[in-house]
Amino acid sequence: MRLSMDLELQDVPGQLLLAMQPLSDNKANIISVVHHRDRKTPRGMIPVRFIVEMDRSRIEAVKARLKESGISVVRAGEDRFIESVSVVLVGHVLDSDLGDTINRIDSTGFAEVMDLSLTMPGVSEHSSAYLKIRATGKAEIHKALTILRNVGEEKKLLVIEPIEMEAV
Amino acid sequence: MRDVKVSLVGFGIVGHGVVDVLSRKRELLREMGLNLRLVSVTDHTGTVTSEDGVDAKKILGERTLANVATSSMKGKEAIDAIDSDLMIEVTPTNIVHGQPGLGHMEAALASGKHVVTSNKGPLVVSYGRLKKLAEENGVMLKFEATVGGTMPLISLVERTLVGNAILGVRGIFNGTCNYILTRMAEEGIPYAHALSEAQDMGIAEADPSYDVEGVDTAGKVVILANSLFDMNIKYSDVDVTGITGVTPEALALAKKRGYAIKLIGDVPALTVRPTLVPLDSPLAVAGTLNSAAIYTDLSGTITVSGLGAGSIETASAILTDITSIYRTKRIDAIF
Repeated sequence: MRLSMDLELQDVPGQLLLAMQPLSDNKANIISVVHHRDRKTPRGMIPVRFIVEMDRSRIEAVKARLKESGISVVRAGEDRFIESVSVVLVGHVLDSDLGDTINRIDSTGFAEVMDLSLTMPGVSEHSSAYLKIRATGKAEIHKALTILRNVGEEKKLLVIEPIEMEAV
Repeated sequence: MRDVKVSLVGFGIVGHGVVDVLSRKRELLREMGLNLRLVSVTDHTGTVTSEDGVDAKKILGERTLANVATSSMKGKEAIDAIDSDLMIEVTPTNIVHGQPGLGHMEAALASGKHVVTSNKGPLVVSYGRLKKLAEENGVMLKFEATVGGTMPLISLVERTLVGNAILGVRGIFNGTCNYILTRMAEEGIPYAHALSEAQDMGIAEADPSYDVEGVDTAGKVVILANSLFDMNIKYSDVDVTGITGVTPEALALAKKRGYAIKLIGDVPALTVRPTLVPLDSPLAVAGTLNSAAIYTDLSGTITVSGLGAGSIETASAILTDITSIYRTKRIDAIF
């Protein structure tokens, strides 16, 4: 699971290393570290944002260790939706329970529908919908697309997915 | 000078193009050291033969060979009887049983003739068997014209990109579908209107299902999977969705967000589906054009585009294949 963590470090040497040790000890794979030296807080602390790949169950242990080291944890563990994808649906999008279709994505916890436009040319005609889905990572995007593909098959909707721009 | 006796089987739109191009390029090819002599042309009505080369002017005005045939031989009978080094097979395609092209190719390969073709059917139905037959008889089977028409794809991968691992190929392989989707997006017209416009222009057949249901594209996916990826798959292994369900509203919604909707064939995923393609992608070509992105380990992604159909264009790809057979030992060989 990909997680983000906002910390505040004191402006003294060795603080970043101190913050990384608990992550490393808990087998977190660090995806990115953004160190905002130029955006000090009023208390003179330096905000740092980590994005890590780690087991969610270890997050509390990491937080406790960080606090022991005197590092303040502003926010941790909330999923950040960092990937997004566009999808177009064609068929009886509304009549086949659009709310349910969206809920199948939203209920995963790792993906959500963040944008929706619907065009309905006539009552009995097929409607078309544009959906933007965001998720916590690339793998989660693929899972969300698979769910949507299955929903499409079930509800007889044409699911038009974006092309993969890289070889898979 | 390399003297090559060529026999042509099939005298439809592509067959006419082949006769025309071989005649037009005869001198150029001779300058390259290749003397191509079209010793016979065969269609479902009979055969025209000439030891010195069939005169293009005499037959190009004819729709079939019925009035000009010098012999009543047809199909396999003609292939067996006529002495030639290479057969060009351009009869109508059938991707269910591959006939009559499959029988023609088997007969030619078994008797030691190289085969160059634009006919997808036999390759979709039994690529492995034909390839083996060619190897056993020490001849070549070339089929650049079956995928993407004149757009270089198979020869590009096999020759120019040699040494690269090919990770995948995705692209637009049907000009009829691409034309219909392009017109729907441009004019906001429904599928049925764009289809009838395409039919009026001769871009779509009276029975368009072969193109618009994705059958043709899937056939090309099978050929690419078997020839470039050694996958040994059948038509039924491809997951196919055509373009008949695409609405002008879907195209408009996609366009607003920076996407075109294109019918994309994907190897090795083995899918044919309407797909969102970024408008700024080189794959997002318009009209009847085809395009293909080739994903490689060394060269990154290479994208090509070109005309996917047409009489002269297809004949051009056939000519490329013919010259490549004889170039093997002349220009590209490693000594």
